[in-house]
Amino acid sequence: MIHVSHLTKMYGPRTAVNDLSFDIQKGEIVGFLGPNGAGKSTTMKILTGFMPATDGKVTVAGFDVFTQAIDVKRNVGYLPETPPVYLEMSVEDYLDYAARLHQVPSAQLKSSVSSALEKTDLGSVRSRLIGNLSKGYRQRVGLAQALVHNPQVLILDEPTVGLDPKQIIEIRELIKGLAGDHTVILSSHILPEVTATCQRIIVISKGRIVAEDTIERLTTRLNKGLIYSMTVRTPHPAGITLMRTLPGIASVTATGPKLVVEIQPGVSEVRDQIVSTAVNQGMGVLEFSAEKVSLEEIFLQLTTEENVPAQAGKKDGATV
Amino acid sequence: MKNIWTIARRDFRNYFTSPIAYIVIAGFLGIMGWMFFFNLAHFNEQNMQYQQYNMGKAISITDGIVRPLFGNMNVIFLFLIPFITMRLFAEEKKSQTIQLLMTSPVTLTDIIVGKFLSAFLLISVMLGMTLVYPVVLFATGNPDIGPIITSYIGTLLLASCLLSVGVLFSSMTENQIVAGALTFAGGLFLWLISWASQAAGPVWGDLLLYLSLINHYASFGLGILNTSDLIFYFSFIFSGLFLTHRVLESYRWR
Ligand SMILES: Nc1ncnc2c1ncn2[C@@H]1O[C@H](COP(=O)(O)OP(=O)(O)O)[C@@H](O)[C@H]1O
Ligand SMILES: [Mg+2]
Repeated sequence: MIHVSHLTKMYGPRTAVNDLSFDIQKGEIVGFLGPNGAGKSTTMKILTGFMPATDGKVTVAGFDVFTQAIDVKRNVGYLPETPPVYLEMSVEDYLDYAARLHQVPSAQLKSSVSSALEKTDLGSVRSRLIGNLSKGYRQRVGLAQALVHNPQVLILDEPTVGLDPKQIIEIRELIKGLAGDHTVILSSHILPEVTATCQRIIVISKGRIVAEDTIERLTTRLNKGLIYSMTVRTPHPAGITLMRTLPGIASVTATGPKLVVEIQPGVSEVRDQIVSTAVNQGMGVLEFSAEKVSLEEIFLQLTTEENVPAQAGKKDGATV
Repeated sequence: MKNIWTIARRDFRNYFTSPIAYIVIAGFLGIMGWMFFFNLAHFNEQNMQYQQYNMGKAISITDGIVRPLFGNMNVIFLFLIPFITMRLFAEEKKSQTIQLLMTSPVTLTDIIVGKFLSAFLLISVMLGMTLVYPVVLFATGNPDIGPIITSYIGTLLLASCLLSVGVLFSSMTENQIVAGALTFAGGLFLWLISWASQAAGPVWGDLLLYLSLINHYASFGLGILNTSDLIFYFSFIFSGLFLTHRVLESYRWR
């Protein structure tokens, strides 16, 4: 649905986006993750046809962004960082205008507006002036605007920024509900945001992609090493020693019946061997679980590896 | 075409969501009304003097009322049009709503023409309201209809030139006040440029005289539709809108 190859954007002498390539399939929800200034908004503005690129090729819904911008715009719904709402218009009039701008046929105007109002749960404020609505509601109006022409692709730039926790959860649920029908790409500098809503993540820093994968695979691939904790019936020292010699195992620490197994970085699947060793050695497995290391830590490694100490970084993690 | 109308319709309605349009229209009608009746009274007095004492000479309604009326109207537009155009792009840039327009499947030309049209509709409404004056003149006297019609056309074109200047300046800044002030300064400059033409040498003088907005109006006031003046006004409007296109095109690149 979206193909980006070797996309580069310069603002004067300054490179904002540097040789970016990625593909997004139909129906996916993809998170665009990176700290402020990473180039997320710039990339999105190019994807929407708002801004021309310096170099590279981008197609959205089968149309070239540079030569067929109007066709691209017809198939894209875009929510910029600040929702582009007219404060002196009513919600309904505004959505009607957005629908007309996107050439929704006259006969379908009413139903398009109603369905956008319904999806974003704005029915109760439909005739209020946007200027009299709270920030969360304005954001929803912005989202309704992006949806009103039922586009194939939705591009949402930091859709929950500046909202309170309750509103954030509502918007996230809303976005999750859009997957399947629409291809969604959303940007964020907040980790829980993408883990909560996206199937796949593209991590970007200083205009370059530093990682691109599903949340689980990212965790496995980029972590210092996965950690599994298990509880056995009878811990045998011989069995534990044998476990330590398995390929891919970094260390095994035993405290009574509780074993903590650390896996070497880059090794993805050794659970079978661990469990079968325990069973074969007659220890008996009662419990086995993976301690998922949060993406937050991966993100810190990815984008602030050099300059942020682990401890200090952790605190800033949520809002890097 | 439909896109242009979509944009024009919203922007035209938008005028009436703020007090500015009402103030502009009320101010316009107030000043025009006062001037019209002042002219009318003066005209009657002069004609009375002529008839009673045979002093001075008879003046036609065209010379005594119609021409001064439209002359005044043009000057009022010079002052009011900055208020009409200043919001058009500046406000959308400031509030970022321009991103909605720029990411909709409409062309820059649609956007610019739509906005221009909304302002054009507003001044057409204002001009339409002044039709009561000719009606009064026809009811009470026997004015020449030709100059009235051409004056309306001329004023509409002259005002449209000022609108295109206003649209251009509005596209160049996020600040409505700056856009309005530049529009007034620009309009005044193009209005008065003919004064400088007298001081300038023969070639430059002719050029400056040609560029003067008001200089091209004279024929309309006399009841003449002069092709070269029509061409001047239309090219002026086109140039203003064309430059706006360039400004917004470069805005996209930044
Ligand atoms: N209009 C602009 N002119 C010059 N530099 C810009 C402009 N917009 C963004 N930048 C720069 O480009 C880089 C990427 O910005 P942006 O795409 O907004 O990042 P993000 O959305 O990830 O925070 C930043 O270094 C930013 O300062
Ligand atoms: Mg951004």
